[in-house]
Amino acid sequence: MDIDPVSVSRLQFAFTASFHIIFPAFTIGLAAWLATLEGLSLVTGRTLYRRLFDFWLKVFAVAFGLGVVSGLVMAFQFGTNWGELSTRAGPIQGPLLAYESFTAFLLEATFFGVLLFGRGRVPRWAYFLSTLMVALGTTFSAFWIMANNSWMQVPVGYDLVDGIFTPRDWAEILLDPVLWVRFPHMLLGAYLTTAFCVAATGAWYLLRDRHLGEARVMLGMGLGIAAVLIPAQILFGHLNGEYTAEHQLGKFTTIEGRWQTEQPARLILFAWPDIAEERNRFEIALPALGSFVDQGNFTAKEPGIVTVPADDRPPFLIPFYGFRIMVGLGLVMLALSWVGLWLTLRGRFRGPTPGPRWFLRATFLAWPSGFIAVLTGWLTAEVGRQPWVIYGVMRTAEAVTPSLSSGAALASLTAYFLVYALIFSAGTLYLYRLLREGPLEDGPESEGGPSSRARPAALGDLNPGRPLAVGGPIPAAKRRAIRKATAPNPGPRNLTTDPASTEA
Amino acid sequence: MIEHISFSLPLFWSVVLAFAILVYVLLDGFDLGVGILFALDRDETHRQQMMGSIAPVWDGNETWLVLIGTTLFGAFPVVYAIFLAAFYLPVALLLVALILRGVAFEFRYKDKRHRWLWDLGFVLGSVIAAFIQGAAIGAMVAGIAVQDGRFIGGPFDWLSPFSVLCGLGLVVGYALLGAGWLVLKTEGGLRDWAYAWLPRLLAGVIGVVVLALTATLVGDFEVVRRWLAQPWLFAFPLLASAAAWGLWRGVQARRDWQPWLMASALFVTAFAMLAGSFWPWIVPYHLTVEQAAAPTSSLSFLFYGIGLVVLPVIMVYTAVVYWIFRGKVSPEAIND
Repeated sequence: MDIDPVSVSRLQFAFTASFHIIFPAFTIGLAAWLATLEGLSLVTGRTLYRRLFDFWLKVFAVAFGLGVVSGLVMAFQFGTNWGELSTRAGPIQGPLLAYESFTAFLLEATFFGVLLFGRGRVPRWAYFLSTLMVALGTTFSAFWIMANNSWMQVPVGYDLVDGIFTPRDWAEILLDPVLWVRFPHMLLGAYLTTAFCVAATGAWYLLRDRHLGEARVMLGMGLGIAAVLIPAQILFGHLNGEYTAEHQLGKFTTIEGRWQTEQPARLILFAWPDIAEERNRFEIALPALGSFVDQGNFTAKEPGIVTVPADDRPPFLIPFYGFRIMVGLGLVMLALSWVGLWLTLRGRFRGPTPGPRWFLRATFLAWPSGFIAVLTGWLTAEVGRQPWVIYGVMRTAEAVTPSLSSGAALASLTAYFLVYALIFSAGTLYLYRLLREGPLEDGPESEGGPSSRARPAALGDLNPGRPLAVGGPIPAAKRRAIRKATAPNPGPRNLTTDPASTEA
Repeated sequence: MIEHISFSLPLFWSVVLAFAILVYVLLDGFDLGVGILFALDRDETHRQQMMGSIAPVWDGNETWLVLIGTTLFGAFPVVYAIFLAAFYLPVALLLVALILRGVAFEFRYKDKRHRWLWDLGFVLGSVIAAFIQGAAIGAMVAGIAVQDGRFIGGPFDWLSPFSVLCGLGLVVGYALLGAGWLVLKTEGGLRDWAYAWLPRLLAGVIGVVVLALTATLVGDFEVVRRWLAQPWLFAFPLLASAAAWGLWRGVQARRDWQPWLMASALFVTAFAMLAGSFWPWIVPYHLTVEQAAAPTSSLSFLFYGIGLVVLPVIMVYTAVVYWIFRGKVSPEAIND
């Protein structure tokens, strides 16, 4: 890679954004999941849902904290590294991002605080309302980010006045059909990410014979939600593809991996390109299916990469493979969730045994599939947009801060890299510990409020802005009590496979 | 309606921006100050009291920084681009410092063996953040190289003896605010300790201000001509002197609310002095508020949602939070 400020800035943006997106992708879905659990607990009155809620709230708090911290860097990067973009497109991007941070602050400051510390202090309906507001808030936050990004993908509703992108019609910007295809696609991606994390956690506990009641609910609901949502996600993915074909020929043809215009067009499953010779050295393709997927008939003419001027083409590898990984993982998730549904209908998760172990193992292993799909999908969209920062109007190379030197850019990249490595490895370790610990089984029995929150509030408890503190260090005595309470039920398999059972 | 409003929209958003900066300086100022003072007291119970006194509010305080950034981006995108380009390295360092400092609040209680590491991060994060903010003000007073609405200087332009002096000044100034906060919020040994530090810190602030003023006069900065052209600005140093005297009296009489209030008043007068010196420039001597403002269509879009609805709610919320957490922090309430 040649060291110029544009490349370093792109690397830095890709690095920080990739790190950042993992957390919102998780928390958007988690917020909805928490609202669902609280609603179920309210309607059915079962304490099981409360225990699940309390458990996932801790996970949410940590992920939310890491998302906020990494978002801080994102908020300033447009100015530090993409100063020319900010100068010229600021009148449109600035207000959209300002709305994002103001609504996010409103959410974090008010309703998230109620979620963390308000149990027992506010009526149950108000608490439930707060969970809905947090879910709504994360959704709004995602909306503004997607509005900004979609405008960069397909710019609408603006006039160029002396090189400045001036908003002509905000309604056109906010009602852009591209946005309303991409935003649901992102939301569904977030929901599926969370659904699979929840299902995989359930599968994990079932495999280890722990928290069986909670685990079955997690597995069932996670897979059930995924089974319903994945078909919708495929539909929005397809619509996304249609808009890409219509507005972003360079991205579209690269994702398709087809160099020459074909009629009828093949569907290329896998390819290894020779970019200099503008052909694939190796490919696996299905005849005529390309035309069918894009146009719905087997004879349509489909453009190739060569129809796009060489200077306007995105890099090949990341959009091409990123797209395939995303779609492939989507199909894996579809298969798992439908098999899960089928097994449930056949009653395989009832009774004394946890369920078919091969299926539980596969579901457990699939926990990161949502994260990887979101990340590769995002990379496909962003790298596929190149060499444009605002598609078709402004090039990435023009967007960089004019005064930025490679040395300064490298210095900031190194600093961000080091500090992200430090805090995210600590944060991830902490998340892992939370998940390993599982829901508390000595949780609330009455609806009045859990025993742990009945004591006089300590400062740390009241603090709405301290997501990472929620889990807190668990005192050794309490940890022993938890271990005792969560020790596996004595059963034939435990005695042989689980060394912890000797303690019980 | 919109046409009528458009005349005052740049003014409205510059006032919002100035207000947000002032709120940020006053609020994050004291909690950064506590972080700075953290280095000077090795007593673990004191340290926990210090953490406890700012734990419920520091995150909300810091969020004002994000609001400043995005308000600037939304209402004055040119200024956003110029400042973040001119302060590229310090901004990156500031973000790293704030991240390290933020996680220290949680991680120091998780891992006793590495507590020294997170404490170091907390202190360094606080000191660096304060220093960079002060240095940035100094660099602004000295002037930023701008041409055709773009920053044209180098990555180390912001660094000069004058900006270093301003940076150190803000470190001492925030520590003064922090000591005032500790006197207000704590009891016992820590309160006595903070009282003992207040006069030294006040002397330090006065010393730095005198040095900075001398440097300003000797350096023949543009800002001096602006002071002479608007003599009413000298009311602010007079008010500041009164606040300094009030602070000193508060320490002598041991009236717990007075040092923090007077230290805050010092900051308000200093801020008003700076704002009055720069007005109507937003990038001093290059761009005025009117010139730098985003198009009316952007400003009014921001106005109807954020200006009329979200901002007032945030202000009320902030006030309510401080009301809820009023009073002294009891030593037992620290979570460990």
